[in-house]
Amino acid sequence: MLSLEGVDVAYDGVPAVVGASLSVEDGHVLAVLGPSGSGKSTLLRAVAGLEPTAAGRIRWDGADLAGVPTHKRGFALMFQDGQLFGHLTVARNVGYALRLRRDPATATRVRELLALVGLEGYGDRLPATLSGGERQRVALARALAVRPRLLLLDEPLSALDVGLRERLAGDLRDILRESGTTALMVTHDQEEAFAVADRLAVMRAGRVVQEGDIAEVWRAPADPETALFLGYARVQSGAAAGVLLRAAGLPAAAAVAVRRSALVVAADGPLSGTVVSARVTPEQIRLVVDVDGIGELDAVARLDTHPAAGDRVAVAVDSSRLASTPGRG
Amino acid sequence: MTGQHRWSGLSRPLTLAALAAVPLAVLGVFFVLPVLGMISEGFWADGHFDPGAVVEVLGRPRVHRVVWFTVWSSVAGTLLSLLLGVPAAHLLHRRSFPGRRLLRALLLVPFVLPTVVVGVAFRELIGEAGPLGFLGLDGSAAAIVAGLVFFNVSVVIRAVGAAWETLDPRPAEAAAALGAGPAYVFRTVTLPMLRPAIVSAASVVFLFCATAFGVVLTLGGLRYSSVETEIYLLTTNLLDLQAAAALSIVQLLAIVALLLVTSRLRAVPDPTLARSTARPPRVALAAWPGDWPGVAVTTVVAVLVGLPIAALVTGSLRVGDGWGLANYRALTTEGSRQALLVPATDALVTSLRTAFDATWMSLSLGLLVAVVVSRRSHTRAERRARGLLDGLFLLPLGVSAVTLGFGFLITLDQPPVDFRDSLLLVPIAQALVALPLVVRTLAPVLGGVDDRQRQAAASLGAGPLRTFATVDLPALWKPLLAAAGFAFAVSLGEFGATSFLAREDHPTLPIVIFHLIGHPGAMNYGMALAASVVLAATTAVVLLLVERLRVPSVGAL
Repeated sequence: MLSLEGVDVAYDGVPAVVGASLSVEDGHVLAVLGPSGSGKSTLLRAVAGLEPTAAGRIRWDGADLAGVPTHKRGFALMFQDGQLFGHLTVARNVGYALRLRRDPATATRVRELLALVGLEGYGDRLPATLSGGERQRVALARALAVRPRLLLLDEPLSALDVGLRERLAGDLRDILRESGTTALMVTHDQEEAFAVADRLAVMRAGRVVQEGDIAEVWRAPADPETALFLGYARVQSGAAAGVLLRAAGLPAAAAVAVRRSALVVAADGPLSGTVVSARVTPEQIRLVVDVDGIGELDAVARLDTHPAAGDRVAVAVDSSRLASTPGRG
Repeated sequence: MTGQHRWSGLSRPLTLAALAAVPLAVLGVFFVLPVLGMISEGFWADGHFDPGAVVEVLGRPRVHRVVWFTVWSSVAGTLLSLLLGVPAAHLLHRRSFPGRRLLRALLLVPFVLPTVVVGVAFRELIGEAGPLGFLGLDGSAAAIVAGLVFFNVSVVIRAVGAAWETLDPRPAEAAAALGAGPAYVFRTVTLPMLRPAIVSAASVVFLFCATAFGVVLTLGGLRYSSVETEIYLLTTNLLDLQAAAALSIVQLLAIVALLLVTSRLRAVPDPTLARSTARPPRVALAAWPGDWPGVAVTTVVAVLVGLPIAALVTGSLRVGDGWGLANYRALTTEGSRQALLVPATDALVTSLRTAFDATWMSLSLGLLVAVVVSRRSHTRAERRARGLLDGLFLLPLGVSAVTLGFGFLITLDQPPVDFRDSLLLVPIAQALVALPLVVRTLAPVLGGVDDRQRQAAASLGAGPLRTFATVDLPALWKPLLAAAGFAFAVSLGEFGATSFLAREDHPTLPIVIFHLIGHPGAMNYGMALAASVVLAATTAVVLLLVERLRVPSVGAL
């Protein structure tokens, strides 16, 4: 089990990570989610032993890792662009760590790993002949080869295009589950985090602002900024929040984060408002509605309705697409 | 307890220091000590601190003439090298035509051609009996400048060409699409992108011109002397060590100032580093009507480089009124009237052996330095330390070889550093001269390796040595070979420091050539020509082998 207590990392005295405390249980996958510059990659590098910590402790099963160099930590690292060794074949890349340990079963294990990532028969190819997705699969197989205590993933799918990313995210989760690998992944992409991880930590400006079960973090963001970063479209507070929560049948809270599709145009809806703008998309009509007593909110309508700017509409609230949060400050 | 958390904060500088220790020690004993010894020679007279002597020397009218000649000939040499080199770089690196690769390789030969050979070749060309003797250039300042250009135009072609070859063509294409003509595109887009490479080449060429020794010594005769040759004359002929030291100090200060300016210019983010992923295709020569100035200039360069070499070769084959190989056969003798103590062929063997020693020395030191200066820094202090080391190991490039050789003579003659009789003294001096070139060839290659490759290897359990073997070595072996060839060629032709240090009974070939042209007798002169051809051919073969390795950073300082 990996645990971090109050870890600080600074570059030239400029703090990049401040007081980070986290833990990853064996067999779990923790995603550290944050915008670029939030310090998440620095945190990963500190765990890998690539950056010195200024304060705090990084432990594995209780043992302090200070003083343990990268190559002795037993944490495999996978970069967003794979960083395969270009002059070695796929099989030699995958078997790299095995050969370092003089593992007699290297050839068998390499075949197993290539099968695990769906690249049977690719052993003799050179990395330059592979597509981006294939390269990431090889990088994953290489990192998993010696069954690392912990797998560190640095934006593993960000360099791939959208369709491939979705497919590979599912594969990645299955492979990690199947091999029972403990993993720490940093990413700026909520979808990627949601698809792969079971626990989530949100970082902002060098600090871990929230950590928990992934669904739980989504249901209850720690503050409005976190809610917006997690993909909530707007955050309402004060009286407006009260009106919205009452309409949704939820208990009162200081603020409420609203997803883009939380309001639906419905004849029997408890709220009413004036359409500000309407835009047709392939699945539904996206509206901005000036809701009475709240203000402008995003809403959706079925494709067979024809709301136009200036129309009065009634709207219902989907309570599963709201999240109560503490207010600002 | 906080000390524990900073393991890598502590161990990194320690590793850095350990790697740098050997090169630093060598540089300390064989560079800093001799140079300091030379400086103190100027300021201390009979055990007293006496800066007056330096001032007195600097007041001499002859010194003024020498300094002024050095400055203007270097400026002229630099400007002409640029004027000829930049268009030629364009033609040779961005246009395709039959024979381009061969021409490119041949135009690079002068850079490592022994300076003495260049001097001999020019004398053969423009001397009274030479094919261009009617121009009356023999012993003129113009001949010296032509020699400097001959020697340095290849530096410009190399440095600017390498930058031009990998220049992203899209900004120029964008400008053309906006309606700019070729000349306007060149002036507003291409030239600014090339400027760092041009400035850097210009400063290096100026440095080479200002410290040129063999060319000026052999072409200048008695009328013209540069600071470098003056130091030599003062030391060996007039035995005025204090004056020599004073001039060395002036030269050292000027060169350190120049190196500082250069490193500032180098520190400007070099836009050519933002290289295009795909190398822009070379345009066939005929497709571009605007190419004729480039063709004309390249032809001039080819003639300038080719004529002296052709004159040298034909001269070496002339025996009396006919032709033959007698001059080459004479190389196994000591020349007429005992011009030499050993046969020239022995000197060739000494040269090869010395160059071999100098090569492994500069290669092992240079590799350590390159590793130290190219690693990513974690803190500003570390970055500064690496920058300082980088500059320190560039210094031998600027400090004149004559000063270095002179410093060796006066400091390494007493225990614990008594190396006077050591046969390793010459290779050590030559290794120091070649060291900056080795570092400049290897450091960019190591710096270009993505650090995350090393991190990936480390995270898979590879220790530092294993990581080096997996990640750095595959990228490094070719440049290492190229640097070895380059160091070998430089060392073969080294004349300045060697002229002070070589033992009379163990001269190198450049020393022998210089002796031979100083001795009267047609046979001696013929032998000098033949020996020059042998030396030039040897370095040319080494350089052509290096060129085949196609390492872009070779020779691009």
